[in-house]
Amino acid sequence: MTVMQTVWNGAAGQKAAGHRTSGLPDEAGIGAPALVGRPMPRVEDGALLTGVARYADDLPAKPGTLHAAILRSPHAHAEILDADIAAALAVPGVAAVVTGADAKRFASPFLVGVRAPMEHWCLAVDRVRHVREPVAVVLADSRYQAEDALDRIAVRYRPLPPVASIAQALDPASEPLHPALGSNLVNSRGFHYGDPDGAFAHAARTVSIDVEYPRNSCTPMECFVVLADHDAAEDAYEILSNFSGPFAVHPVMAKALNVPGSRLRLKTPPHSGGSFGNKQAVFPYIVLMGVCARVAGRPVKWVEDRLEHLMAATSATARRMRIDAAVEPDGKVLALRMEQTEDCGAYLRAPEPASLYRNHGNLTGAYDIPNLAVTNRIVVTNKTPTGLNRGFGGGQLYYGLERLMNRVAAELGLDPLDVIRRNLVAAEAMPYRTASGGSLDSGEYPATLEEAVRDGALKALKARRDALRAEGRLYGIGYAAVVEPSISNMGYITTVLTAEERRKAGPKNGAQATASVAVDPTGGVSVHVSSAPQGQGHRTVLAQVVADVFGLRFEDVRVNTDLDTGKDAWSIASGNYSSRFAGAVAGAAQVAATRLRDRMAALVAGSLNSRPEEVRFAGGKVFAAGNPDNALSFSRAAAAGHWAPGTLPDGREAALRETAFWTPEPLKAPTDADHINSSACYGFIFDFCGVEIDRDTGAVRIDRYVTMHDAGRLLNPLLVEGQILGGFAHAVGAALYEEYAYGDDGRFLSGTFADYLVPTACEVPVPVILHRESPSPVTPLGAKGVGEGNCMSTPACLANAVADALGGPVPSLPLTPAKIAALIHPPEPPRPAGTAGEVAPSKSLGGRGLTGEGSREVPAAPEQVWAILLDPKELAALLPGCEALDLAGPNAYRAEVVVGIGPVRGRYTAEVALSDLDPPRSLTLSGSGSSALGTGRGTGHVTLERTAGGTRVTYRYSAEVGGKVAAVGGRMLDSASRLLIGQFFEKLVARAGGTPAPAERPGLLARLLRFLGLNR
Amino acid sequence: MPPLKSVAATLAADARHTVTVVLNGAPRTGQAHPRLLLSDFLRHELGAHGTRVGCEHGVCGACTVRIDGVAQRACLTLAVQADGRRIDTVEGLSQSNEGRMTALQEAFRRHHALQCGFCTAGILMSLSDYLGRNPKPTEEELRDMLSAHLCRCTGYAGIVRAVMDVTGQAAVSKTMGEEAAHV
Amino acid sequence: MKPASFDYLRPATVADALAALAAEGDDARVIAGGQSLMPMLNMRLVQPRLLIDFSRLEELRTLRVEAGWLSVGAAVTQAELLSRPSLRDEVPLLAAALPWVGHFQTRNRGTVCGSVAHADPSAETPLCLVATGGEVVLRNARRRRTVKAADFFLGPLTTVKAADEIVESVRFPLAAAGSGHAFREVSMRHGDFAITACAATVDGTRASLAVGGVADRPTLRFWPLAGGALPPDLDAALNAFAWDLGGDDDQHATARYRRDLVRRIGRTVLEEALSCRR
Repeated sequence: MTVMQTVWNGAAGQKAAGHRTSGLPDEAGIGAPALVGRPMPRVEDGALLTGVARYADDLPAKPGTLHAAILRSPHAHAEILDADIAAALAVPGVAAVVTGADAKRFASPFLVGVRAPMEHWCLAVDRVRHVREPVAVVLADSRYQAEDALDRIAVRYRPLPPVASIAQALDPASEPLHPALGSNLVNSRGFHYGDPDGAFAHAARTVSIDVEYPRNSCTPMECFVVLADHDAAEDAYEILSNFSGPFAVHPVMAKALNVPGSRLRLKTPPHSGGSFGNKQAVFPYIVLMGVCARVAGRPVKWVEDRLEHLMAATSATARRMRIDAAVEPDGKVLALRMEQTEDCGAYLRAPEPASLYRNHGNLTGAYDIPNLAVTNRIVVTNKTPTGLNRGFGGGQLYYGLERLMNRVAAELGLDPLDVIRRNLVAAEAMPYRTASGGSLDSGEYPATLEEAVRDGALKALKARRDALRAEGRLYGIGYAAVVEPSISNMGYITTVLTAEERRKAGPKNGAQATASVAVDPTGGVSVHVSSAPQGQGHRTVLAQVVADVFGLRFEDVRVNTDLDTGKDAWSIASGNYSSRFAGAVAGAAQVAATRLRDRMAALVAGSLNSRPEEVRFAGGKVFAAGNPDNALSFSRAAAAGHWAPGTLPDGREAALRETAFWTPEPLKAPTDADHINSSACYGFIFDFCGVEIDRDTGAVRIDRYVTMHDAGRLLNPLLVEGQILGGFAHAVGAALYEEYAYGDDGRFLSGTFADYLVPTACEVPVPVILHRESPSPVTPLGAKGVGEGNCMSTPACLANAVADALGGPVPSLPLTPAKIAALIHPPEPPRPAGTAGEVAPSKSLGGRGLTGEGSREVPAAPEQVWAILLDPKELAALLPGCEALDLAGPNAYRAEVVVGIGPVRGRYTAEVALSDLDPPRSLTLSGSGSSALGTGRGTGHVTLERTAGGTRVTYRYSAEVGGKVAAVGGRMLDSASRLLIGQFFEKLVARAGGTPAPAERPGLLARLLRFLGLNR
Repeated sequence: MPPLKSVAATLAADARHTVTVVLNGAPRTGQAHPRLLLSDFLRHELGAHGTRVGCEHGVCGACTVRIDGVAQRACLTLAVQADGRRIDTVEGLSQSNEGRMTALQEAFRRHHALQCGFCTAGILMSLSDYLGRNPKPTEEELRDMLSAHLCRCTGYAGIVRAVMDVTGQAAVSKTMGEEAAHV
Repeated sequence: MKPASFDYLRPATVADALAALAAEGDDARVIAGGQSLMPMLNMRLVQPRLLIDFSRLEELRTLRVEAGWLSVGAAVTQAELLSRPSLRDEVPLLAAALPWVGHFQTRNRGTVCGSVAHADPSAETPLCLVATGGEVVLRNARRRRTVKAADFFLGPLTTVKAADEIVESVRFPLAAAGSGHAFREVSMRHGDFAITACAATVDGTRASLAVGGVADRPTLRFWPLAGGALPPDLDAALNAFAWDLGGDDDQHATARYRRDLVRRIGRTVLEEALSCRR
């Protein structure tokens, strides 16, 4: 078995690292050098383990720095009527309050990736389009004081109907988020490759699947940080942020700040606490804090808190997918027809709609399917804008595609593994041109699959499934085969444009990586890359790569990954995304180092009585191939360029520093027929797993997971294993636990780490990891990306296993116990007769809020009850926590209420109105209000019916709570709301002389009334 | 009832008060408003940045420190509450080991138990308390304890391996369903 | 995400604390372990004028058996109670449930009484207190009163405790000889608040089931044993109980799922409790 569960022996690894390179490095550097390929422990770890590492929030701020806190919208969709900042400015320590008017004055809207009249400002202007969208910024001496002032900003909103789902967005009647756009469908494109219509006409049958992929995100442990300063004399911005790239966003930021790129000097810190793509989304805040620094005339620091991050930072796209497959009886897929609709949130924020197009070249996955029809739609919704997230579009695509392959097997009565086998791209076909223009560069997919089946012990797993099923247990096996794209073609996003639009815009392509290698006067080697790492260990791998080129020890090479756009080499493709490090950046470093080495060789060849091509670098020495005894020390050879440039041969330039800009050769712009090779290389992954479902709870337990990767050449197996384990953990979260959940009214429900459920050590099993290495012909080192693959394969693989266990369809992701239980539990036994409760809660999951009803007999005539409701004094006494009630119009009031549950209370300014008056029979009472805790809105319909003993008061209500309290307190929101609404009606009943609620809760009412000061 | 002397000793909201702690063995004094979180006090008042802040609501565990030896969340503690206490943070681990990394830190490095490192300090501080009380935890016990720490990079596998290794136990965590291979 | 301003009082005695509470009333909050209160302070959901810190009041660090009760003072942490070797014999249900309360790191700080006072409908400690028929000892500057657990909780975060009162201690009755106990909860992840938590006790004459996470407070129901066995109509009884509890939907689970767990897990724990009677 080649199960990769090796525990790398660090001591041995270090000892080995200490060995001088003995053999001669291969000329091309691709042979079997000493350090590349070894599981080297990381150079990064010393600082991280001892606490001396410096993340962005640890770096010194300039004297006089102001701290920013951001006021955010409680509404999903609303017009901003006005904002009163006077009270906030009076709070001690507050220096300035920045609003949308400042954004309009000092900034421009962000560029949008499609031609659409859509204005996205760094601070909301006129309208808010998602919950927690930034509305104003307070700048104060401390974050604490800045937050104090947030509550003092009075913003008046006019709520608009929210667009809370893809289906709603596609409805032409939905309220357009961007009125100039006229519709919430931003872009729609169709693609035709091969002859899909012919294939469907001739195929034996068509198999279809509809899936939806939810919003989720990888939530790095460190949130966003921005330190911004503005130099008014030169109108230049200097900003430090834990931005992760792509630096294609740098021009977007510069344009938004109305300066050329040279006047936006962006720096990244030495350490960053994870990104997984998410830290791309800090860029609007980089611009926002730039504006703040400019307004305040002082440096500004903003540290995003976790609530801000979860509620409004970024998200993976939600995608609705329908795929039809034209299939033969043996499971061969002849053609696919795909309809993808992508929810990009409130704005198409750069680089969106990239999520939808990142996989355009590999839409057919690992399969040989020559005919393909695609319809891609992009919609906007009243949700957080989307962006980069580990797996970027792959999780969505393969969830549809691999569930479809599973469905093909089910409908044809075939083994799902055989359907995969029947369709895999053959080894002989490599490099394989996909229908949509991708170039699968290397790999032997069928043999790799068979190796995984053998070494991962699939046969034994099947026997285990049989044995457990015989015991009556719910057990299933799932499979997934995917290609993992890496090193994105910077031109793929333009596939969203028509060929005509692309011609106008000019060509975009390539994936330029940059690396600089320098030798210093002591012979030390420094490497700089613009890869903006976030914990992956780039410094370690680069030291391995460059040390090999120079025949040096690991510790002889020092790598710097801080980036300063004012000083360092970079380009638009710089940054940390699309798994580009191993293939592109490490490759570029090797190219730069090799060039520098070759220049050194040319300079020293004469003194070694040798020709340049015969000069060798090994063991810290430089010598001629035929005469290793006549060697120069590397440091001597390297230092010569510094100490004695005058003695260089033929007046040649010293070999001190080389910067390489490397781009993969096969990355061209989309063709006029919309063929696009969207990534430079493609790894292959084949996964299978066994899951058991608990019949009582519906919980899914991952019993065994096997993941086979062909990621080309492995530069550092220890780090590769770490990437796979991390990607797998993210995927387990996406499959089983995580969702950015919204109510139908657009309110956000996952605002804390107790609501957004990141898997812990108890939820993430250890997968069996297998490898095969098919070096990529495209990258200098033969490496491909590896960190995102499981985010693409694992959700589908787990869902297929659940389908196998259930013997039928699976619910939408995440596969929570409640959703699965709803499928496996028998219908709920009815409520026993005669036990109906007073207030029957009824609400669908994630529905429009709370509804309820009740009925009570009171010993007073309907006219008397009516009089109570119509009397403002009485109404004030009935409203929970009402401190003042003023007439605002006919039967309309403005109320000051302090309401809440237990210690959680907010002061609301509420508008209360009575309508549909039908005295003394019925009326509707409605109220809405907002506070720093959030918004609340409720409607109650009250009916009065004359009875022998007085009046039967019947009420029916609905209530919605939004904003912060909904996002962080969802678990208790309904019961809390019910308690408050109950108080109102109980008090009404009491005022009308009625008796307390039935005895189910003895004494409750009396205590409540006492508590509320009514019965004192 | 007699007037309260302690009411007179109330720390006023709008004033900064002197807070003295023994940080990693050395007395340190700083100023804090009553509402200042211990995590902010350590990082921004005392300059001990090794303690990270990941959620400020007690779930992620990144800010875990030892207060009088006991692992707890610094974000759920006020600086004024820590007055007079002994605080141990990640910076103290190697300081108390003659400047060298401890065996646990070395094991973390060996087993690639960290990537971005942001959660690591909190995990090390929890472990330094926990392993004192339970020197040879089973993997299940260990994972139970670790479930109070969120790590988004490692999938926890390296962390578990490192701890099992340093506690002299099986260095390879059991694969789920490994018995499947023997059915 | 930083707390709003407050004055801070670390009283020297409980009497001092109660006097301050009497003066400030609802504008004051007591903090002991702070594991529930501090997140609410950080999120500014709670903004007291005065915070009264009990964590160093040694008078309240009492943990003792008296007259058939295990009495737990307000400064006793969950970890301290869990580490009491005799807990398994004294209140076995608590010994089974406490490991489900948060995590090692939060139990180190969080107090037993604080969890009761907080009255989270899903929390394990209030559930155990209701399940065992425990009591809450409330005290203000003038008097002390004892409230039965079943009467103490009124709804989410809502109890009968008046603003000038503190939970001075909670008391769990010592398990009766020959009784059996079982606890189980279902949550999304390890250490999360329960979707449904079930605590069962079976003694010589009756079976009881307390459920948390479904209704707006922990709720207890009894059934007589039938010849030493669980009642024959237990399924119907559990169904009626489940419907009475009702439950709400949230983004993780439906009300129906919660009721299903009452029927299924409820039966499981009752059977376990019956079988482990000592």
